[in-house]
Amino acid sequence: MIIVAVTVTVLLSAAVALVLARLVRGPTALDRIVAVDVLLAIVVCAIAAEAAYTRDATSLPILVGLSVLGFIGSVSVARFAPRGRR
Amino acid sequence: MSAKVIADALAGTCLISGALLSLAAGVGLLRFPDLLSRMHSATKPQVLGLLLILTGAALRLQNTIDITTLVLVGLFQLVTAPVSAHMIGRAVYRAGQVRRDLLVVDELADDTRDHGPEHA
Repeated sequence: MIIVAVTVTVLLSAAVALVLARLVRGPTALDRIVAVDVLLAIVVCAIAAEAAYTRDATSLPILVGLSVLGFIGSVSVARFAPRGRR
Repeated sequence: MSAKVIADALAGTCLISGALLSLAAGVGLLRFPDLLSRMHSATKPQVLGLLLILTGAALRLQNTIDITTLVLVGLFQLVTAPVSAHMIGRAVYRAGQVRRDLLVVDELADDTRDHGPEHA
């Protein structure tokens, strides 16, 4: 199981680095909110993988809160995104 | 091979495939040319990757209360991901950030031409 843990950590860290690059590069608010959505999904994946590795369910309620947070964040940014052509 | 070893092997496979899907989304997010194609790759860890990792966690935890929480997280993600993707996609279209040369068909443009721009 330790091999799985190391592999998953490396893969998820690489994914987070790529998503952060897109988050910094932008160029618009909508690009960034898509990147933040993916970042949040990867964080949820990482917490669930940690719970799976340690067989410890303490952090599972965080996942419910995080998924609500991501939904509200992306919907509100999309609602108030500027209209009209760039 | 006991049942526990088999469950652990299955859980490991699920966890690694979910992490691979997350990595694929990261690569796609960085390299795809426009926002709509980036949204396509963004859905990989949001739905299938997350469900795979939650399945792996359920196989490892094997406890009714914990599995209920995991199912709840998965269900909530399945309900909310399409809604937020729809909202973002519509905002992208309204903001005019769609690359027309990459589109195969644009039915929304036909609708707005026939019924007025407020239908966008």
